[in-house]
Amino acid sequence: MEPARLAAHPVGLTGRETASGGTPKPMPQPDNTEERAALDFFARKRYVNRTGEAFSLDIRFAVPSGITILFGASGAGKTTLLGCIAGLAKPEEGRIAVDSRVLFDSVAGIDVDVSRRSVGYVFQDLALFPHLSVERNVRYGLRGLDEAERERRIGEVLESFRIAPLRKRLPGDLSGGERQRVALARSLVTRPAVLLLDEPLSALDPPTKARILDDLRAWNRARRIPILYVTHSREEVFALGDRVLVLERGRVIAQGLPQDVLGAPRQETVAQLAGFENLFDARITAVHDDLGTMTCRLAPGSPAAIDIEVPLARIERSSAVRIGISAGDILLATEEPRGLSARNVLRGTLTTLEERDFKVLVRVDCGVSFAVLLTPGACRSLELAPGCKVWLVLKTHSCHLLRPTDDAASF
Amino acid sequence: MNWQALALTLRLSLITAGSLLVIGLPLAYWVAFSRRRWKFLLQTATSMPLVMPPTVLGFYILIAFGSSSPLGRLYQRWTGHTLAFTFTGLVVGSILYSLPFAVQPLVNAFVSIDPRLIDASRVLGASRLRTFFRVILPLSASGIATTIALTFAHTFGEFGVVLMVGGDIPGVTRTISIDVFDLVEAGRYGQANITSLVLLAVSFTVLALVYWWNRRAWPRTPWA
Repeated sequence: MEPARLAAHPVGLTGRETASGGTPKPMPQPDNTEERAALDFFARKRYVNRTGEAFSLDIRFAVPSGITILFGASGAGKTTLLGCIAGLAKPEEGRIAVDSRVLFDSVAGIDVDVSRRSVGYVFQDLALFPHLSVERNVRYGLRGLDEAERERRIGEVLESFRIAPLRKRLPGDLSGGERQRVALARSLVTRPAVLLLDEPLSALDPPTKARILDDLRAWNRARRIPILYVTHSREEVFALGDRVLVLERGRVIAQGLPQDVLGAPRQETVAQLAGFENLFDARITAVHDDLGTMTCRLAPGSPAAIDIEVPLARIERSSAVRIGISAGDILLATEEPRGLSARNVLRGTLTTLEERDFKVLVRVDCGVSFAVLLTPGACRSLELAPGCKVWLVLKTHSCHLLRPTDDAASF
Repeated sequence: MNWQALALTLRLSLITAGSLLVIGLPLAYWVAFSRRRWKFLLQTATSMPLVMPPTVLGFYILIAFGSSSPLGRLYQRWTGHTLAFTFTGLVVGSILYSLPFAVQPLVNAFVSIDPRLIDASRVLGASRLRTFFRVILPLSASGIATTIALTFAHTFGEFGVVLMVGGDIPGVTRTISIDVFDLVEAGRYGQANITSLVLLAVSFTVLALVYWWNRRAWPRTPWA
């Protein structure tokens, strides 16, 4: 039997489209699976991250047009990667091509100057020119065009990003959302061959963010260029991405459709990034081929160890593994539940309740501590309080077996 | 009041401040943005006039442009006279003497510009030169104003180098500070006082104007 969770994903990222459930639908993808790579990237480079640690970047990938999310903890090399494409950082070795135009090739000795790469780059801090008006910021990258064409393009992009009334204002007089729009408009008006977005929306409230993302999607539908989008936000990954590249310490450790990579993470790093609140050291104690499950002991060796059933995977008995469970995937009951398909029903004591924006995070001690995400309504109707005796219900397939990240290179 | 000396000093200060801006901008750009390992040597060299006695600086300028040095001989062949005891000599001496006052404020202004703005300009297709004129210079406006004011005022009140290089030739190299020196030597304290007050007033006005203007210069990152 093919174990579902540990099966390697195809490396090719093109043309695969599946339903994405309740999350906003990703950009429609052309059906043509042979779509050529619009961005072809390979680079090796030593770099020092913001905390002063030295890393080496060693990344190879190819993506078609559309939005590709770069996901990873800070210091993973995302900004260095974008810098290599823009020409602000120089790889020691590599080849970078956009739409088969070579921007950098260490073997052929090609290193196109930053100013001639036709790259749109929206920096994390936006880097709007503080001494220039909105209009002159947007105009900055438009040279070698006649004035009528320039005016037409500026008018068009200001309309698209709904900032036409701000034309004469200085960046210092704009709100955060308005500045983000100006930065996007300034990059896109130059008709770049590739767009790099380094957490451009991280500082915004969700409604403003959603409106800007809608505008960006609409713009890209018309122009279809490869867009690399750096984010830490799981919501943005699902809302935006046609595909995801997960970086860690200068390597690509996972890639694929957002729902494949983050929905069923196979590496612990990805799991943490994807918001798996429950991560446990565990040991496989029994393998049940006939039942499609394995028994797995959480916190092995401790007197409080508990056994749960996890999906069958091609793994040896008594191997050490990590188990990741999303806090939102756990059911909580105040009476012992019966007649469930779920294989794991754990008895425990509620220890803490923590309310944060329309969600309640409760911790339940079942020997090991679980985080469970509930709605305030559920909390109230169950009259939950610290000290309550409760049962936790874990579906087998909500228990994700994770590989230690060190193995990731073999993916 | 020696109006001739005042006019001469104003002319010297303006020419020196203007020249130092032209020399200082590329020098400061290099100090601010170069990654060469030995750039500290240039920084040291441009700062030397701060710690050198003006007489020592003046002495070396005399030697360097004297008829025994190749540079001096070249200059002599070119112009027909030596640099010493001429107005041009004063300008050269003043430029060297005030060099740190030009380079340092400009370097400070350049390095305090958010490097991402320079990256943004380059990514948007601008050459280094265009980036310099469209982004770096406008955002360094206050540093440039400070440079002009400091070099002007420093030259306006300079004494040692002027005396060493220029001597004391009325209408050619007698500046206002040397005039004060002569007046005091001659015991004419009243006139020395008036001349000194004029010197102080001009310097004060120039500096005050610049600092007043700097108040409303571009904020570098208004939302930081």
